[in-house]
Amino acid sequence: MNDLVTAAIVVFGVPAVLVGYILLTERIIGALPEQRQGAIRPWFWIAPAVAFLVVFLIYPTINTFVLSFMDAQSKSFVGLDNYLWFIQDPGTIEALRNSLLWVVFMTGGVVGLGLLIAILVDRVRYEPVAKSVIFLPLAISFVAAGIIWNFMYGYQDPSRPQTGTLNAVIGIVGLGPVRWTQEEPFNNLSLIFIGVWMWTGFAMVILSAGLKGISPELLEAARVDGATEWQVFRGIIVPLLTPTIFVVATTIVITALKSFDIVFTVTNGNFGTDVIAREMWQQMFTPPGNFGRASAVAIVLLLAIIPFMLINIRRFREQEAIR
Amino acid sequence: MTSLLKARDQAPSVAGQRRGPKLSRLLLHGVVIVIAFIWIVPTLGLLVNSFRPAEEVSRSGWWTALFPPWDFTLANYARVIDANDLGDSFINSLFITIPATIIPVMVAAFAAYAFAWMSFPYKNAIFVAIVGLLVIPLQSTLIPVLRLLASTGIAGEFLAVWLAHTGYGLPFAIYLLRNYMGGLPKEVFESAAIDGASPATAFFRLALPMSVPVIASLAIFQFLFVWNDLLVSLIYIGPTDPENLPMTVRVASLVSSIGGQTHILTAAAFLTMILPLSVFLLLQRYFVRGITGGAVKG
Repeated sequence: MNDLVTAAIVVFGVPAVLVGYILLTERIIGALPEQRQGAIRPWFWIAPAVAFLVVFLIYPTINTFVLSFMDAQSKSFVGLDNYLWFIQDPGTIEALRNSLLWVVFMTGGVVGLGLLIAILVDRVRYEPVAKSVIFLPLAISFVAAGIIWNFMYGYQDPSRPQTGTLNAVIGIVGLGPVRWTQEEPFNNLSLIFIGVWMWTGFAMVILSAGLKGISPELLEAARVDGATEWQVFRGIIVPLLTPTIFVVATTIVITALKSFDIVFTVTNGNFGTDVIAREMWQQMFTPPGNFGRASAVAIVLLLAIIPFMLINIRRFREQEAIR
Repeated sequence: MTSLLKARDQAPSVAGQRRGPKLSRLLLHGVVIVIAFIWIVPTLGLLVNSFRPAEEVSRSGWWTALFPPWDFTLANYARVIDANDLGDSFINSLFITIPATIIPVMVAAFAAYAFAWMSFPYKNAIFVAIVGLLVIPLQSTLIPVLRLLASTGIAGEFLAVWLAHTGYGLPFAIYLLRNYMGGLPKEVFESAAIDGASPATAFFRLALPMSVPVIASLAIFQFLFVWNDLLVSLIYIGPTDPENLPMTVRVASLVSSIGGQTHILTAAAFLTMILPLSVFLLLQRYFVRGITGGAVKG
């Protein structure tokens, strides 16, 4: 296809189709009797989203669910065999433990630091610069991040000068060198820190957007009334920001559970650092490939998120109630 | 509308107004600067190494290059640009990324608006199900979706990747936007309805403009995920129509073809980072305080 034609479609065609869809459906709805409009309209508004989700996520997931009860080549039914393998294999249990470490430390680190940074940079004049610096890692692809952290965690024999940044730093005070990505207890934490480094910018941007949504008059009023900064934080910022903190925390929990790329590029799951998502990849794409087991691992991932979903449902109910 | 503009004009003063005691200001700057320093060091190391000769990179740490004698070179960049026709793949990346950002953001905004401000049966159940889809690992959908795209004949076209990225990006986009739109002041929509505004008008004239900060952040994330994506393009475009491949795939193939020479990759990594970073800097001015705050009063 001609580049100019493509460019025109990309810049004008796509948005026109989308806006046109809503205007057209509003036309159709407008032709209906008044009392039926309210009942029909929402379905038109969510229809495009639902269609995309059915094709790209729901249908493949049902497919995965069915495959998790089948054998390696998806030919015959094997019942719960793949799940029994999962709970009996020491490798998957270790991966499960490591994924839990990811969930706890990555979520804590990202949300805590993201909130701290969002609030702090709100008060300094070089906010855009500081935010760009924290955000930078998110603009880096995982392949590049793997290279970057090889320079950071690099290890050389103690008799030679250390080229890894971290070992050189602790070498100044006579410590190390440490094999950061291989030795317990550093291995998993070192990998998780890469995740924190990459995702803190994400939390910061969303929390900062939420923070900007809080009315400045409200904050000023509290301060004029003599509230300390801590009271403003506890009494106004945190309660108003709670829905946003929830979104960020849920997203990071899920990201941590799905974390694959960092482990894949840095250790490939060796040295006791395997995680569930990499285990799934291994089952699926390492010849001969076991689609049954890979699917079972994917379903376990899905099940692991249910508690977080339940908390979210409760919170939506509360939000609806106070509206 | 004027009150909205006014709120924006006043915005910068609010942040700077509050001057605490000197010591706590000093602590504030200290903490911000230390965190920023820790965050930039890894990337700085990469940047410095990308300008160093290969044999130096493996012999000494990147910080030694900061002191004389200086020994910098552009050879790594020259090799990356010569080796592959990166220009074409850069255009491809743009053609892939722009619609794959616009479509999910718009489609999610429609749905989020319905979830936040319309009532219909099973609303919460459907919404929670959508959020639940966040957890589905991309890798587990690749094979069924590829079969589907191949059977409709759009595998290999840009369209295939646009649609796929929309599907994968939607759960988070809907989740984020619904949360933000649900928090917009009820009074605005009620008075708009009383004044006879249709839901479409309320959406385009009120809900969208008031959600600009969150839409800007969402657009940035979606842009980055798509720009840095390797897997989706590799699988849905790769085998069918290699001419349409984006930059990440070219760079990755460059890496494997010159295997193990990380100094080349450092240069390639920086070339792929330039655009996403500029987009972030460009959109940053939309993260303004007080847009919703101003609208409540108006």
